[in-house]
Amino acid sequence: MIGVLQFPGSNCDLDVIHALKDVLKTDARLVFFKEQELSGLDGLVIPGGFSYGDHLRAGAVAAKMPVLDNVKKFADEGNPVLGICNGFQILCESGLLPGALTKNTSLKFICKWVEMEVGNTTSAFTRRYKKGEIIRMPIAHGEGRYFCDEKTLKELKANGQICFRYRGENPNGALDNIAGICNKEGNVVGLMPHPERCSEKLLGGEDGKKMFESMLEFIKNRK
Amino acid sequence: MKRPPHVSLTDEELEIARKRLGREPNGVEWAMLDVMWSEHCSYKSSRPLLKMFPTQGKDILLPVGDDCGVVRFDDKWAIAIGMESHNHPSAIEPVAGAATGIGGIVRDIISKGAKPIACLDPLRLGDIKKDERSKYLFENIVKGISSYGNCIGVPTVGGQAEFSSTFNKNPLVNVVCVGLVEADKIIKGSAPVAGDTMMLIGSKTGRDGIHGVTFASEELTTGKEEEVRPAVQIEDPLSEKLLIDSFMEIYQTGAVRGCKDLGGGGFTCATSEIVYKGGKGAIIDMDKIHLREPDMAEWEIVLSETQERMMLVVKKGQEDEVEKILDKWDVPYARIGVVTEEPRYIIKHSGKVIVDMPVDMLGEAPTFNRPVEPIPKAKIVKPKISDLKKYFLDLLKEPNIACKKWIYQQYDNEVQDRTVIKPGQDGSVTRITDKAGIALGTGCNSAHCGIDAYEGAKEALAEALRNIVAVGARPITLVDCLNFGNPEKPQAMWQFKTAVEALAEGMKALDIPVVSGNVSFYNESDGKAIDPSPVVTVLGKVELDKIMTMGLKDSGDSIILIGETTPEFCDAPKVDFALEKKTNALILDLIENKKINACHDLSKGGLAVGLAKMAFNGGKGFDVDVSKLEEKIDNNEKLFSESNARYVVTTRDVNSVVEAAKKAGLKAQVLGKVGGDTLNYGVFSASLKDAKRNWGNGLEELLI
Repeated sequence: MIGVLQFPGSNCDLDVIHALKDVLKTDARLVFFKEQELSGLDGLVIPGGFSYGDHLRAGAVAAKMPVLDNVKKFADEGNPVLGICNGFQILCESGLLPGALTKNTSLKFICKWVEMEVGNTTSAFTRRYKKGEIIRMPIAHGEGRYFCDEKTLKELKANGQICFRYRGENPNGALDNIAGICNKEGNVVGLMPHPERCSEKLLGGEDGKKMFESMLEFIKNRK
Repeated sequence: MKRPPHVSLTDEELEIARKRLGREPNGVEWAMLDVMWSEHCSYKSSRPLLKMFPTQGKDILLPVGDDCGVVRFDDKWAIAIGMESHNHPSAIEPVAGAATGIGGIVRDIISKGAKPIACLDPLRLGDIKKDERSKYLFENIVKGISSYGNCIGVPTVGGQAEFSSTFNKNPLVNVVCVGLVEADKIIKGSAPVAGDTMMLIGSKTGRDGIHGVTFASEELTTGKEEEVRPAVQIEDPLSEKLLIDSFMEIYQTGAVRGCKDLGGGGFTCATSEIVYKGGKGAIIDMDKIHLREPDMAEWEIVLSETQERMMLVVKKGQEDEVEKILDKWDVPYARIGVVTEEPRYIIKHSGKVIVDMPVDMLGEAPTFNRPVEPIPKAKIVKPKISDLKKYFLDLLKEPNIACKKWIYQQYDNEVQDRTVIKPGQDGSVTRITDKAGIALGTGCNSAHCGIDAYEGAKEALAEALRNIVAVGARPITLVDCLNFGNPEKPQAMWQFKTAVEALAEGMKALDIPVVSGNVSFYNESDGKAIDPSPVVTVLGKVELDKIMTMGLKDSGDSIILIGETTPEFCDAPKVDFALEKKTNALILDLIENKKINACHDLSKGGLAVGLAKMAFNGGKGFDVDVSKLEEKIDNNEKLFSESNARYVVTTRDVNSVVEAAKKAGLKAQVLGKVGGDTLNYGVFSASLKDAKRNWGNGLEELLI
């Protein structure tokens, strides 16, 4: 059973449920943020949206909610945790992933399809991709410009933690074209693009599907 | 009799009110009547004319008269659809004005039990090439839509953007919202059972938006912006999102009898209309209303247009079920009144009765047959074009023609995983089931309406329809937003009347009933009216395995022009609805039988721009010769005339297409072939790359 964590203002929660249930035919359910219990879940997705209306900073308020303590515990146990868009922002704000997401250089919200290059094929969410593979995914964010200090960047590179880099155009001014990263252990991944929006041909592409398939494979191998 | 202070009703209306009530209304009662009898709430100038529209049909489940309309989609699903304007607030406070415009129409959709699944934003803005304030308004209106629409998780899948100096001080911000509801679970804006509980749900009532509707019912005046600013509402998209999520859960309980959103006219309008529609009355306890500021005056409370509030009528005894869900989402609420058998509208405050009127006084405002005075058709001037290529490349950069990606890339157009055809095509397609979806298309050429209000209005409907036909959809219904000048001026009223007649004629001829709409009058600033803008949005149904796009596909495909080009360059082109109907039938037949692989309806910029957009979209050039068109008109007309009832299609099977057109009695001319990296029109040519750069960056370059 995969949980999809729902905060006030989450708006891709049902999209992720749709991708998991209807496209990947796997069990998934919403986990409302007031519901503290995560045990019993095999994986967790923190979906995109505007949790708490992006008040203060994107993801800043949600990151301080008590449920995040349980998310940390859940991640420490080695369970797969994926943060998409606002979910990525929450993971960075809560310290589960290093770095921060700042305002796009254009200072505008950007919704478009972008190309990315896969840089990590061992994490819980990237193992079904090939190294160097070029994939297409849609982005939709106003605060997606990844930033971290030099030391962190060095570590990310050394450990192979940079999962995805924008290719061609860098849509938001992200440091080193970073679109998505993972933690050292590889079980926590965050990215700005939306894999749930590109898991069906009808919607324009299927490159996101492998991310969820990777998670299911990771879960299967753990058991 | 002395005039009551701060009331904008005419002396005649004041007398009618006194007579109907049988006494002098008190201050709070005058304030409520002022709102309910305003143009914005009562449609007092437009209602007699709008009766011309056909409003019934086999798929209409909730016709005109509620907050929005509902039509049948299939055996299980129904589609709620509504259209609104938020023109005056956006002229004063563009971000808040545009944002709250979305908020209002989205709540209309929620109030019908439907989940909002798509928005469209037809915009009309000033001359951004010359007027700095228009640029400011444009950028901030888009920002308002972007920040609000994105946050509430409803994709903005389409719209329009037109630019003209007539909108410099009075931009038009129209918005369409579409929602999904099970056909047997539609909620009405009516409270037909006495004893039910009236609940006010959502944000605390504050001092914003006071006199919003009376502000919308008069002309804008330069220098008065500061004075009317408090009439603009403030947006809070997170609260709106929580209303969407909590209401979808509340509807599952079956505890809801009726629902209305608090929009224009705020508390006064929502509470009185819902009981009036149910043929009942209400006793309301003002002490129960949750307030943002504790010292608000009674008249401020009844007039406030604080956003993100809903009026819910709950079946007696089931209030706890509703409140439990609202507590889960931390949405504020209050039980503020009871539906009564006697049709009187009563408000008590601190134990005293402060309002006591028959409900129909609020629900039925007097209407007026305004005098009209025809305006002769405007004279048109056709430009002399010495260099066709230069004219064409410059035209692509014009804001009215250029690519609108600067706008729609700021909108989340994909959230909810339903958007199959995304912005940039003729119409949008939103998935409803695995097999079928809805298509939405918008039309109106304000410049044409300024030249000829009658033909312009006809074209708005014809173009909106062609936009969904081009993606393969069959029409179900339409909504409209009629933006006009001051109806107390006979010429503006004539433009309105003639446009309504034109639309009524089209709806009947094309067999598309209207299910909801909006009239926005007083779009004048400093006494000067806008180009009249009857904006139409057509909703259709499409099979997902038969959707069509405009991009050129395979090199070697033949390009065919369907329809006849007449010398209407720079003019308001005429519309023949019988011809439109025949042409649309042919196009749908070709799409459904897979005879064509690209399709685009021609509008702004005529054949030249239409072909170019197909090339940009598909990333392929073409080789045609427009001079060979058999119509006896000059090349300027052949290239740029905006004649209606025309499509460009591409095919591998020329004979089938030409044969089908012949059978339908329509003109089909093979223009040439797809391929290469040049746009070759025969009479001139341009490189695909150069042309696409002009078109793609035209809008953005004006804003830097």
